[in-house]
Amino acid sequence: MKKTYINGVGCISTQKTFDTVFLEEAIEHKNETVLSIVSPIYKDYISPAASRRMAKGVKNGIVASALALKDAHLENIDAIITGTGLGCIEDSEKFLKNILDNNEEFLTPTAFIQSTHNTVGAQIALTLQCKGYNFTYVNGAVSFESALLDAKMQIEENEANSILVGGIDETGDYTISLFKLAGRVKDENNLPNDILNSTSTGAIYGEGAAFFVLENEKKENTYAQILDVEIINTLQENEVEAKITAFLKANNLEISDLDAVVLGFNGNIDSDIYYKNIAENAFAKIPQLYYKHLSGEYDTASAFALWMASKVIKTQEIPEIVKVNSVEKPIYSNILLYNQLNGKNHSFTLISK
Amino acid sequence: MKGVAITGMGIISSIGNSVEENYTSLIENKIGISRITNIPTVHADVIKVGEIKKTNDELVDELKLSQDNNFSRTAMIGTIAAKQAVENAGITSINEFRTGLISATSVGGMDMTEKHYYDYFEHPELVKYIACHDGGDVAEKIAEELGLKGIVTTISTACSSAANAIMLGARLIKTGKLDRVIVGGADGLAKFTINGFKTLMILSDDFNKPFDNERKGLNLGEAAAYLVLESDEIVAKQNKKVLARVSGYGNANDAFHQTASSENGDGAYLAMKKAFEVSGLKPSQIDYINVHGTATPNNDLSEGRALLRIYQDIKVPDFSSTKPFTGHTLAAAAAIEAVYSVLAIQNNVVYPNLNFENPMEEFDLQPETSLKNKTIEHVLSNSFGFGGNCSTLIFSKS
Repeated sequence: MKKTYINGVGCISTQKTFDTVFLEEAIEHKNETVLSIVSPIYKDYISPAASRRMAKGVKNGIVASALALKDAHLENIDAIITGTGLGCIEDSEKFLKNILDNNEEFLTPTAFIQSTHNTVGAQIALTLQCKGYNFTYVNGAVSFESALLDAKMQIEENEANSILVGGIDETGDYTISLFKLAGRVKDENNLPNDILNSTSTGAIYGEGAAFFVLENEKKENTYAQILDVEIINTLQENEVEAKITAFLKANNLEISDLDAVVLGFNGNIDSDIYYKNIAENAFAKIPQLYYKHLSGEYDTASAFALWMASKVIKTQEIPEIVKVNSVEKPIYSNILLYNQLNGKNHSFTLISK
Repeated sequence: MKGVAITGMGIISSIGNSVEENYTSLIENKIGISRITNIPTVHADVIKVGEIKKTNDELVDELKLSQDNNFSRTAMIGTIAAKQAVENAGITSINEFRTGLISATSVGGMDMTEKHYYDYFEHPELVKYIACHDGGDVAEKIAEELGLKGIVTTISTACSSAANAIMLGARLIKTGKLDRVIVGGADGLAKFTINGFKTLMILSDDFNKPFDNERKGLNLGEAAAYLVLESDEIVAKQNKKVLARVSGYGNANDAFHQTASSENGDGAYLAMKKAFEVSGLKPSQIDYINVHGTATPNNDLSEGRALLRIYQDIKVPDFSSTKPFTGHTLAAAAAIEAVYSVLAIQNNVVYPNLNFENPMEEFDLQPETSLKNKTIEHVLSNSFGFGGNCSTLIFSKS
């Protein structure tokens, strides 16, 4: 069975994650409830004429995938697999509003076309003229991990040698207003100083696109090996530790073998409890990292986490701004990522040097 | 063993609320295309659709959902079909083995979003429906109704979505990651998709006529279908009846245009080619092809050319599109057509391609126009979607 290596990364996020080394310019926006991406210079990657018609998610997906390919020194790949919670939601909003506002008349197809969830994967295939396998997963917080699991299976089974895998989501104004109404977004007048010590529900929302080139060969530019990915739709808070232990055991590891854990804390006290107990107990002696205070919450925020964990292994450094505790390790090799959203769609991802 | 065992099926579509009803309609030429009644739309007198003639209230009653439920129509028809499939497979303890659910949808719970979009702020009782919009909501609800705990995910690659869900499920069984998986898709009709396809000018105002020279476009439809796939170990251990097997699958991208298929059907050709490689079958071994056949000028031309490329010097096997019966049910299409493919194998029939009159002038391809009885060992089923997504599945007699 072939092994899966991360050989290139590209990340567009609410932080400056391009043209930087590793979060040295990161800023925690403590007074905002909805974070917007730091835009790359799109015209370096997409013609301005094409760019004008493209949805935010499509543009960011194209740039992030181009960065990942460049980083991996590749020009093409065998397959493209993406994950997105809501797709190009701005176009969905636009098309739906046009239907409702104009009583189903005077509509044009562009917004409808871009609202299709697999638009980003399709546009990358068009750009690269990649006729290989092309899947898009849309299952809330495991959208990206579903793509990752699929890609790992493709490589293990020799169905592909190189795969572009990415997670993309964008914010849309109306959808965010609905999320606020449903209590998913934190109250802007009552923001915690630190999401780790939050006493309120809701999260700070964000958007982003992170892509990875996975290959079946270890190269000079390899970041890490993906050892395993597991998805579980529902878990009780008291089942988490046993699940993690079993997941690690299946990979011949124990909790004490972990050099770092990346947890999806988002400041929602109702669901951060899933992380809190293991962070304070089982993981107490392990360096812990968090990221949603930088990236914001969105369905594929865990792709930002994988980008971060890959960088930790490559640089062997953990930026101060993402540390949950002060524990350090001489070498950062085995890293576990755990994410869930509102107690649903749990995922465990294990990578290693 | 040639392929992954199918041990259960469930379906609800405009031609029936069960596998048996769907089969009866297929062999008795009972079509499900009619005027739309469940959704108020200005296009009601122009378009024809394959609509499930049950209101949301009737579906709520049928599923015995509580009054404060937040099921979209898509989630309700999905749950009905998935429950049938699980029952048909004789599964009583859903988490007894490592079981997953791979679903497919194009727009998730858009039917609720579009109904309440501007009313959420004034009507707190509607806020519960905001969560429906999520593409994963349908699968999450089905999993909850089944009590399933494990891998639950959703694929959305437009009109090929369910084919890809079946493909992923088969791979998860083959690689031993799961013992059992429920695969399929659901899509309820929505104003959003009706108007989307309208703007693309590919809706017919008449009954759709796949592979006909005068075809004018597609009729949209709504449906849900799920199949249960199980490992050979479980099949042997529980002495299960195998309905048929998923023996081949392939996915490729046309990489030509966001919504149109290439003239030579590159993506379709590659998808079929891969499916033959996986199955180890030769094109000549296929007894029936359930074509994608949406009846849009573009699809049928592209798919026909791809078929001729695959079959080069030999005759294209008997083929038909079942979309004149059901309409194009988008992300569910490949799932309902998988059920129809299995039924074709079980009953040794080729379904008629209704409404066909004149062959297309571009090539010499004639679909079967009346029900034909013959031995069916292998069925190939195509499904293609926006974004150049092309998928082929091959089903074989067990």
